[in-house]
Amino acid sequence: MSKDLKITKGVNIPLKGKAEQLIGNADRAKVFAIKPTDFHSFFPKLSVREGDEVKAGDPIIFSKDDNRIKMTAPVSGEVIEIKRGDKRKMLEVKILADAETKYREFPKGDLSTLDREALIQRLIESGTWPFIRQRPYGTIASPDDTPKSIFISAVNTAPLGADQDFVVHGEEALFQAGIDALAKLTPGKVHLTVTGMSTPSKVFTEAKNVELHRVSGPHPAGNVGVHIHHFDPILKNGDLVWYINPQDVIIIGRLLLEGRFEPTRIIALAGPEVKNPRYYRGILGMQVSTILADQLNSDNVRVVSGDVLTGTHISEDGFLGYYDQQITVLREGNEPEFFGWLKPGGNKFSISRSLFTWLRPQRDLALDTNMHGEERAFVVTGEYERVFPFDIFPVQLLKSIMIEDIENMEKLGIYELVEEDMALCEFVCTSKIPVQETLRKGLDLAKQELG
Amino acid sequence: MKFLHDTIKKIEPNFEKGGKFEKLYPLFDGFKTFAFVPEHTAHTGAHLRDGIDLKRTMVTVIIALIPALIFGMWNVGYQHYLALGVADQMTFLDNIIYGSIKVIPMVIVSYAVGLAIEFAFCIYKGHQINEGYLVTGMLIPLIMPVDLPLWMLAVSVIFAVVIGKEVFGGTGMNILNPALTARVFAFFAYPSYMSGEKVWINTAGSESLVDGYSGATALGHLANSGTLPTDTQATYSAFNMFMGVIPGSVGETSTLMILIGAFILILAGIGSWKIMLSGVVGALAMGGIFNLFAQYAISPEQQAFMAVPAWQQLIMGGFAFGIVFMATDPVSAAQTERGKWIYGFLVGFFAIMIRVFNPAYPEGIMLAILLMNVFAPLIDHYVVQGNIKRRMKRAETQLQTANA
Repeated sequence: MSKDLKITKGVNIPLKGKAEQLIGNADRAKVFAIKPTDFHSFFPKLSVREGDEVKAGDPIIFSKDDNRIKMTAPVSGEVIEIKRGDKRKMLEVKILADAETKYREFPKGDLSTLDREALIQRLIESGTWPFIRQRPYGTIASPDDTPKSIFISAVNTAPLGADQDFVVHGEEALFQAGIDALAKLTPGKVHLTVTGMSTPSKVFTEAKNVELHRVSGPHPAGNVGVHIHHFDPILKNGDLVWYINPQDVIIIGRLLLEGRFEPTRIIALAGPEVKNPRYYRGILGMQVSTILADQLNSDNVRVVSGDVLTGTHISEDGFLGYYDQQITVLREGNEPEFFGWLKPGGNKFSISRSLFTWLRPQRDLALDTNMHGEERAFVVTGEYERVFPFDIFPVQLLKSIMIEDIENMEKLGIYELVEEDMALCEFVCTSKIPVQETLRKGLDLAKQELG
Repeated sequence: MKFLHDTIKKIEPNFEKGGKFEKLYPLFDGFKTFAFVPEHTAHTGAHLRDGIDLKRTMVTVIIALIPALIFGMWNVGYQHYLALGVADQMTFLDNIIYGSIKVIPMVIVSYAVGLAIEFAFCIYKGHQINEGYLVTGMLIPLIMPVDLPLWMLAVSVIFAVVIGKEVFGGTGMNILNPALTARVFAFFAYPSYMSGEKVWINTAGSESLVDGYSGATALGHLANSGTLPTDTQATYSAFNMFMGVIPGSVGETSTLMILIGAFILILAGIGSWKIMLSGVVGALAMGGIFNLFAQYAISPEQQAFMAVPAWQQLIMGGFAFGIVFMATDPVSAAQTERGKWIYGFLVGFFAIMIRVFNPAYPEGIMLAILLMNVFAPLIDHYVVQGNIKRRMKRAETQLQTANA
């Protein structure tokens, strides 16, 4: 029984630089890094020291709270640096890759006989476990929990997002193996959501053992949080849903069928400042400098690992985030604008029609990172609701977070959300309220007090 | 514009922490960000932001007010010459010039006094200067009678900004609409300057008026006698009331100009069409009820007033102006989408009720909006509680199906 979901509230930001559907050539990155900051509420401990040799699949860091959860090396090589920030916070564990990757061997081909406990053990040992995240909070799933269902979103509506139908092309067998494994983890269903706006890849439509849904509409229609909200919502403390990206399902499938941890990803290089936006073959944690080489239009750019609404600001020789499938490059809007608030239009996009940009024909814009204003108190109402397809009051929830009213946060439905679900609210906000940061503060508080 | 920006950057250190004029930083910052949208880039969360900000929002509202303002200036001149009996000798320009001489000082006083207080508060509290007063400062002169002495206007502005807004924490925190707070203050503090027959048309000095001239507003006539005077010029014909060539507060008279403003607000997505529409529906509902029960009224005046066709109530007095520009103020209105329907409906409903039932207040929209401003948080509370209850109910049914 599949259900169709039509989202009407939302907006597709017309951003220039969509990746062309072909795979570009670029030198393989030499340095890779695991970034503990990619994980929420995660406190890392090291399993290696600088100078250690590791194989792909060997543990690098593990969680201080649950030492079973570990991240393993995406490639083989030598641990060259452990980069720390303020208060010795661990930021990056860098690995200098061997020319030829050596893989740690894992058992393979016994998926049908593997029971749930053994499967979990396998996923944990190989370092594929952290691909599975949970709602509420968007943290790494706990091996002790049993989720009521598992969601996979094969729709990416984020600005310039990597087309999920393109990136999984030809991986039917591995995807199916991954799905079969996930199905063992929950007594409920594995929900797979595909696009209802074009023909989805048969990797998805022919997948068995899943509940298939079609979703259409503007961003955030592709967000897994929206699907969970409509198909199997988290209504109270204790409800638990897991979710995972399609490309990571394939990585799990490869582990189980072929016995190695090989976290390859097809990533989109996109954005207004990229000369030839297209896809590249990459590996989790790769340094992005090789694919950025000769591709940037100027120096004054911001490189984002992920999409422009939720991604992480990295440097031009930074590293691909653990869950990211795209690199976006934007111009830094660090120029003051003379009477910018009075100008009829300019290089801006707005969902309101108070800028006359809505009069010109719809075309993609080379938008930049300027704030276009300063932070203010909440004044305008009703604008978040235009881009927020949840049965939740976004402003009231944020206000309850600002005054740290945990009871109301819970009642107003904070469990259903993580930052990406409210990213568009932050984008459209007239008062430039830091919505995502505020929401995470609320999630941390709720997790600490109730989770 | 590089020169100006360089100059600003050069003098900036004087205003920063440790500088000579450290205390004046909010003022400096206000002017700097007025001239230049700052070079700030997104540093947390989304790397891309919508092109709109609060300054832009406020400017759009002011643009929407301009038709009413210009018409108001013309009408002040026109009504003045009409009272003198020389209206047909005057050109459009004559009317505008006379009107500007009267209205522009009101605008200047409103902005000068209001912004001075805002600046003072910002410097005192060390806050950034907020844009809220840009709109309030334009609204206040438009809802006052033209003959109001400027010092009374200034006192009302002081009251509105200090008591109506700053004590609650500034823009975005106020409970009552600041512009209406100014008007309600003037209304109760200086009633003889805010109602009656004398205040709506500027006829000061020794000029001789035409015989039998009355400067009362349409609602003034209705409250007194229950009927509108039927003179040869048909001053109070429905057409004239819609166009706005009648006495009244500066900007409130022309329903047509207000509709243009409403169109701009709705098109830009800044004014809530839900509040405007439900306000009109609420007013028609109350007007319709009055029409039905007009014959049971106590006095003949009231009978006649209640019998005024419901739709005509919309083009009289300040109803249109209030529902388009004041009731939609996002800070003091209901903030939930469902709440806006209820809030707007009740504003319209009570506006007509107060207008007809209370002869002491010939116009009801001001009090209706202020009343609903107070009730807006309560409306929102129940709308939000409804959402919470629905979520809890769903959680319960989910639990039951899981256990079954």
